[in-house]
Amino acid sequence: MNREYEAAGLSAAAVEPAPCLEARNLSLRYAGTRKALNKIRLTIPRQRVTALIGPSGCGKTSLLRCFNRLNDLVDDCVISGRVRLEGKNIYSSKIDVTELRRRVGMVFQKPNPFPKSIYENVAFGLRIRGINSRRRLDEIVQESLEAAALWDEVKDRLHSSALELSGGQQQRLVIARTLAVEPEVLLLDESASVLDPISTLKIEELITELKKNYTIVIVTHNLQQAARVSDYTAFMYMGNMVEFDTTARIFTNPVKRRTEDYITGRYG
Amino acid sequence: MKSAIAGWLRGGTPWIWLNAGAVVVCLAMVCGLLLLLGARGLGHFWPRPVLQASYLALDPPLAVIGEIADSETVDAAQLRFSAAGAPLSGDRVERQLLKLGNRDITGNDFAWILPSLLDDVRYPEQLVTLERREWGNFYGFLSGVLQDGEPVAAADAEALWSELRRRLHRARQLRGEIERIERSIIADINFGMERLRLRERRLQLAGDDAGGEARAIERRRETLDGQYAEIRLRLLELNRQIQRDSAIFRIAGGAEVELPVADIVRAYRPNAMNGFEAMGTYLARLLEFLTDDPRESNTEGGLLPAIYGTVMMVLLMSVLVTPLGVVAAVYLSEYAPKGWLTRFIRISVNNLAGVPSIVYGMFGLGFFIYLAGGEIDNLFYAESLPAPTFGTPGLLWASLTLALLTLPVVIVATEEGLANVPASLREGSLALGATKLETLWRVVLPLARPSMLTGLILAVARAAGEVAPLMLVGVVKLAPAPPLDTEFPYLHLEQQFMHLGYYVYDLATQSPNVEAAMPQAFAAAFLLVAVVTALNLSAVVMRGRLRERYKALEAGSWS
Repeated sequence: MNREYEAAGLSAAAVEPAPCLEARNLSLRYAGTRKALNKIRLTIPRQRVTALIGPSGCGKTSLLRCFNRLNDLVDDCVISGRVRLEGKNIYSSKIDVTELRRRVGMVFQKPNPFPKSIYENVAFGLRIRGINSRRRLDEIVQESLEAAALWDEVKDRLHSSALELSGGQQQRLVIARTLAVEPEVLLLDESASVLDPISTLKIEELITELKKNYTIVIVTHNLQQAARVSDYTAFMYMGNMVEFDTTARIFTNPVKRRTEDYITGRYG
Repeated sequence: MKSAIAGWLRGGTPWIWLNAGAVVVCLAMVCGLLLLLGARGLGHFWPRPVLQASYLALDPPLAVIGEIADSETVDAAQLRFSAAGAPLSGDRVERQLLKLGNRDITGNDFAWILPSLLDDVRYPEQLVTLERREWGNFYGFLSGVLQDGEPVAAADAEALWSELRRRLHRARQLRGEIERIERSIIADINFGMERLRLRERRLQLAGDDAGGEARAIERRRETLDGQYAEIRLRLLELNRQIQRDSAIFRIAGGAEVELPVADIVRAYRPNAMNGFEAMGTYLARLLEFLTDDPRESNTEGGLLPAIYGTVMMVLLMSVLVTPLGVVAAVYLSEYAPKGWLTRFIRISVNNLAGVPSIVYGMFGLGFFIYLAGGEIDNLFYAESLPAPTFGTPGLLWASLTLALLTLPVVIVATEEGLANVPASLREGSLALGATKLETLWRVVLPLARPSMLTGLILAVARAAGEVAPLMLVGVVKLAPAPPLDTEFPYLHLEQQFMHLGYYVYDLATQSPNVEAAMPQAFAAAFLLVAVVTALNLSAVVMRGRLRERYKALEAGSWS
């Protein structure tokens, strides 16, 4: 295993934790355009926060959506290569996609709570899995809201509309909704980018808290945020994986010139 | 100066005035329409004063009694050749339409007269207006009341009047009893007889008409026959009782006429009425209009069966079109591959909305009634052939035809609603492990509900006003029974029905007594507008309730 990383130009220290998600030779092409992802090779370590950074259009979000196969929904999107979750290829025909999406939860850029009550939002994934017992639901809803640091703010109005919450609360509700189905991996797609600074801070604290139990991948434009919350950082450019290492190293001593330019703001 | 005008033009003031003007024109048209219908239709029920006069156009002068129904100004030249033959002065002359009533005696219900030739016009308080079961209105002075052909003694005219009113009340109660018997008991017996006949026919078709079941049918028929004979006697007795009284009236010109009290629906003395009494009569007539059966080939009485038929048909159409339209829209917008074929289908659906409705009527007649209905009769109602059950115009076919007619509207509106559901919500649901179907049912469809209702509202608005196709597929001038009653299976989908739109058309164009029918037609048109508005409003309220829930979303990218 270590040899593999050394071959990729990474030090053994960077890969101490076991791998959770692995992309190998992963390419993606939307119909009629250039490749959005070009032979990506990436190993996401378990129970760590990995940040994907890079300029707009570099393929961060496309890569993220490969991890829960949300790209399947896009017409004429061709994917080649492999992605393994705990060693199993998720693009194999034997994989149940809905089960995969439960295991790999995703939080989007804009909060997207359903136009239902707070309670029903969190219970949504559970009901789909056939859990309808009131006691079980109550229990999990509370646990999830607590885990998303939202319980204290909403416990008195669980049955009012989720759309009445503020943007930051909505985003934490969406995280709670995702946690309720007990995923292993959390994908956060610029999930704090449209929020005010205080809400952003809360989400960041939450991420730090959650990494004890979950493997987390975040896409962010905010380099300070990447530096603050992530353990590992991957820098992407034009669909290519340029550099992957511990966050400390990427931000202090990047190997590649392009990484350094981007980090220091000289990207052009 | 020039720059001031240029500035005025560039500022957009004329444009704004043009816009506002268009709105004003629309408003004026709507208000004008409602006012006209309301004034002509609703005014019809107000008891008008009845005049007595002599008309000088003839020699010797003709004594007339009647109420002014209408008036217009016409060219004098036009009248010179008419029967009036009176001395004329000036270019324009006012003439009035006098409702004379007494159609059974004089033969003329209405006459155009020149008011200048009316002499000795009086409004005697003793003049009576009668609304009758047949032959329309009657005007005259009450001069006597008969019981079993013998005059009833009365001190004066007032006493005679109250005597008549008492007997009217009695006749009305007897009439109610007769109708109750005819409608429930006799209808039950007839229905039972018809069922027995069909059962017997079925046995014959099966080649087994001598077994125990045939004998049971015979016994049951005897019981029913016995019941019928009993009821018939009771009805004969009631009819004898109701014919007991009659009243004698003196009409214009002095002749006396005897009328059976049983034939009188309502009697009042319009010239002796104060405002409250007139109002009472007005409301009673309005209520009769809304809740009673039609009389005199629809020109009098009520139109409850037509209201009922219209509402039933629209409700049935809604029940048919909504699921079909929504399901089709879901396929088109969610599942159909995006190619030329889908585009072609979508364009075709849009074009269907523009097909003239009479074409749908022909389709309904050819496909639903002759083909589908005929097949159903052959398969399930063989025993009643050759009389068709479903192979003839009826409620079901009319509703289906209208459902087809309004299908494009529902599909287009629903598709729009589905397209407006934010992709982020679909992805949110999918990312939680929901399948496409679960996402559709739990997230997308609930959000598209207001749009579906919008489609339904448009469909109802179109269907409720449609008349042309209905004439081919189920509407009749006079339906013997409403399509919903207490006889199994309660909702009679195969029955023909009455419809407000057709009622208006029939009254306005097909009535033998146009002057008498016109006010009723206006009232029915006003009611049709009211019914359509009520149906629409209920759907709008429903949509409003749903929208409340998604208000916060609407503030965003949502419409």
